[in-house]
Amino acid sequence: MKNLLLLFFISCFNVNFFAQNLDEILEQESPENDVVVFGTFNGTRILNGHSVETRKKGILEFLIHHRFGKVNSGADELFGLDESNIRLGFEYALSNNFTVAIGRSSFEKTFDGYLKYSLLKQKEGDQSFPISLTLFTSATEKTIKDYEPENKPSFSDRLTYTTQVLLAKKFSPNFSFQITPTYIHFNTNPSTIDPNDIFALGFGSRLKISKRVSINGEYFYATDSFKSIDAKNSIAFGIDIETGGHIFQLIFANSRSMLEKGFIVENTGDFLKGDIHFGFNISRAFQVNKSNDDQKLY
Amino acid sequence: MKKIYILLFSLFFVNQMFSQKKYLAKDGYISFFSHSLVEDIKADNNQVLSIIDKETGEIAIQLLMRSFLFKKALMQQHFNESYVESHKYPKAKFNGLIVNFEDLNDKNSNTEIKGTLSVHGKEKEISIIAKVIINEDEINISGDFMVEVADFNIKIPAIVRNNIAKIIKVTFQIKHKPYSK
Repeated sequence: MKNLLLLFFISCFNVNFFAQNLDEILEQESPENDVVVFGTFNGTRILNGHSVETRKKGILEFLIHHRFGKVNSGADELFGLDESNIRLGFEYALSNNFTVAIGRSSFEKTFDGYLKYSLLKQKEGDQSFPISLTLFTSATEKTIKDYEPENKPSFSDRLTYTTQVLLAKKFSPNFSFQITPTYIHFNTNPSTIDPNDIFALGFGSRLKISKRVSINGEYFYATDSFKSIDAKNSIAFGIDIETGGHIFQLIFANSRSMLEKGFIVENTGDFLKGDIHFGFNISRAFQVNKSNDDQKLY
Repeated sequence: MKKIYILLFSLFFVNQMFSQKKYLAKDGYISFFSHSLVEDIKADNNQVLSIIDKETGEIAIQLLMRSFLFKKALMQQHFNESYVESHKYPKAKFNGLIVNFEDLNDKNSNTEIKGTLSVHGKEKEISIIAKVIINEDEINISGDFMVEVADFNIKIPAIVRNNIAKIIKVTFQIKHKPYSK
C-alpha cells in the first residue's frame, strides 16, 4: 500500500511537471531579482543641501542656484527681489558613483569644490539593502576683500571644509527621507567665542505629488553654532519640477548662502519672523561622454 | 526494495528530460528604435528570456524593462521612471503561437507569430512576420514589428513630443537551446 502511494505520488509529480506551462518555466529561469532602487531624489540637491543622488557616468550638469533677499525687507526692496545671490556650478560624473564639482557664489565671492561618492545603494530583491549611502566632502574659499589692506589674511585662513555622510531611504515611489550627519571646520572663526568645528544633523524629505512634481523639506540642526552672530538652524521648503534633462526647484529658505558652511553655520535668518529668502535651483544635464554600454545602470 | 524506488524515480526523471521538447533562451536580443526629426533613440536588451515548445509551436517571451540599455543614462532613467514605470510594471511579456510550426525546417523558415504582447500593464494582440529556423539542437527566431506607444497607455509629455516617435520599431533575434530540467 505504501509503495503504491509512493508510486502514485511520483507519477503525480511527473504529470505536474509535464503540465507546467511555458510562463512558469520562464519565471523559474529568470535571473536573480536584485534591483537597485533609483530616483530616491529628483536631483543632486534636496533644496540647499545635497541628496544621495549622483549623476550617471559621462554627465556634465550645469547648475544655476539663485536666492533673493528676505521677503520681509519691505516694499522698498520689492520684498527682497532687489537683492540677488547666485551660485554657478558644474558637476561632472567620472563614474556612475563618483562626481567632481566646482562652483562660485556671488555671496562673499566664494569659490567651492567638492567630491561626492555613492558608496552603497538601496536594493530590493534577493540581496536587498535598506538604505543608500553617499559620502560628500567640500572645501570653500572666501575671496571677498572685507579686510583692511594691512591685515590681509592668508589663503588658508579663508578656507572651510565640510564632510557629510548622506543616508537616505526611498520608502515608496512617492516618499523618500534622508538623514545627513555633517561636520564643518572653519580655519578661522569670526570671534573667539565661536567654535571652529561644528557638528550638525540634517533631515530632508521628498513627497511626490505627481510624476514630475514633488514637495521637499529640509532642516539642519547644528549642535554648536556661531554665537557672535546668533546663528539659527537652517530650514527650507520647496517644490521640485522635473522636465526632461532639466530640474527646476522653487525654494523658500531662511538662508542666503547656498553652501553648507553658510546655511548650516553662518545663517542668521529667523524663518518664523519672515526672514525667508525666495529662490530657485535650475539644473541642466548634458551627456558629454557615452555612458558605459556594457554596464547596467540599474 | 529501496533500490527499486530510486531506479523508478530516476527513470521518471530521465524520461521527462527527454520527452520535454522545449527550447529555452536566456540571452535573447530585443531592441527598439524611435525615429523622429529631432533625434533617434535606440535601446538594447540582451537578457531576454524565451521558450518554445517544439511539440505545439507555442512561444513565451519575457524581459525586464530596466534591462534596456540606452546610450544616454538620463534617457534610461526617464524611460524607467516616467514612461514605462518599471517599478510598477517590471516585465514585458509575449505569449503566442508560431503559425505552421510543424511545416518549418531549415529551408522553409518564413512564418508568422501571433499572440498577446503585454507592456506597461496593457495587452494587445499582435501578429509578427518572422523567420524561424529549426535545427537539430537550436531554434532561432528573428524579425521586427511596429508598436504604437499609445496602445500601451504610455504618456509622452508635450515638451518631448517631437523627440519620441509615436510608432516604435522593435527588432528581435533569439537563439533557443534544448531545455532540460
